[in-house]
Amino acid sequence: MLTCKDFLKELSDYLDETVDKEVLAKLERHITECPNCWVIADTTRKTIRVYKGMDPHPLPSDVESRLMRALEKKIAAGKSGQTT
Amino acid sequence: MMVTVAMPVSSQAGVDESTLVAQSRQGDTVAFGELVRRYEAKIFRLAQHVTQNREDAEDVLQETFMKAYEHLDQFQGNSKFYTWIVRIAVNQALMKLRRRKTDKSVSLDETIDTGEDTIVREVAAWDEDPEQRFSREELGGILDTAVESLEPPYRSVFVLRDIEELSTEETADALGLSIPAVKSRLLRARLQLREKLTRYFKRKGDDAFAYM
Ligand SMILES: [Zn+2]
Repeated sequence: MLTCKDFLKELSDYLDETVDKEVLAKLERHITECPNCWVIADTTRKTIRVYKGMDPHPLPSDVESRLMRALEKKIAAGKSGQTT
Repeated sequence: MMVTVAMPVSSQAGVDESTLVAQSRQGDTVAFGELVRRYEAKIFRLAQHVTQNREDAEDVLQETFMKAYEHLDQFQGNSKFYTWIVRIAVNQALMKLRRRKTDKSVSLDETIDTGEDTIVREVAAWDEDPEQRFSREELGGILDTAVESLEPPYRSVFVLRDIEELSTEETADALGLSIPAVKSRLLRARLQLREKLTRYFKRKGDDAFAYM
C-alpha cells in the first residue's frame, strides 16, 4: 500500500501525467481511498490551472517606449557596433 | 527619423515564428520588431517574478532583446525562439538577483533539503472554478502575491515551469539545475502555493481539515 507521503512525492509527476501506468494505478487507487490526498491533488491541479490561465499584463507604455528606444539605438549601431 | 524607420508597427501578427526569425537574421527590423512585440510582456513578467524589482526587470527586458538581436546568428533553429530568449532573460535576471543579494544563503544554486518539510498543513476542498469568485484584477493580485512570497529557488522553477510553461528539461537548462532538482523544487513550490491560495479558494462553509 502506498502511504500519503509516497503519494505526495509523486504528485507533480502525477499531475503532469508523466508517471508510468503501474505507478498511475497505485496513485489512483490511493486517492479513491484517501480523501486528504484527493483534496491535495485536486487543489494542486487547480493551482497550476489558474496560473497557466493568466495572460501577462501588456507592457506599460513608458516601459514599452524605453524598450523600443533602446532597440532602435542598438539596431542603428549595427550588430558589429559596440556591444556590451 | 530613424525611430519610425527602425521599428515600425508591423502587419505581421499572423506570420509564423521561424519565418520572422529568418527575416530578422537577414536584417529585417520589422520582423524583429514583431518578435519583440510577441514576447515582451511575457519576458517582462518573467523578469519581474525572478528579480522582484521593477527597475531590474526593465533592464532585463531591454538586455534580453538587445542580446537576442546581437546574437541572432547563434540561435539554433532546433529550439523555439521563445525558449531561447527565456534563457537569455533568466541569465540576466539571475545576475541581477545575485548582485543584489550578497547573502549567500539565498543563492539559487544552494542545495535545498526538499525532503521532510513538504508538509501539507491545510486540507480543504476548493470550489470547481474558485478563480471565478474574483475579478481579473483581484485574481492577478492574489496570484502574484503568492508567487512573490516563495523563496527564489522555488519561485524561479515555478515561474518557468507553470507560468511560462517550459518543459522540465528546458527549465533545468535555463537555471543550470539537474532535472531531479527542478522536480523537487517544483513540487515544493506547487504545494506552498496551494496552501497559500486555499485561504481564498476554499469552498465556503468548509473548514480546513474537514476531511480528516
Ligand atoms: Zn493519502
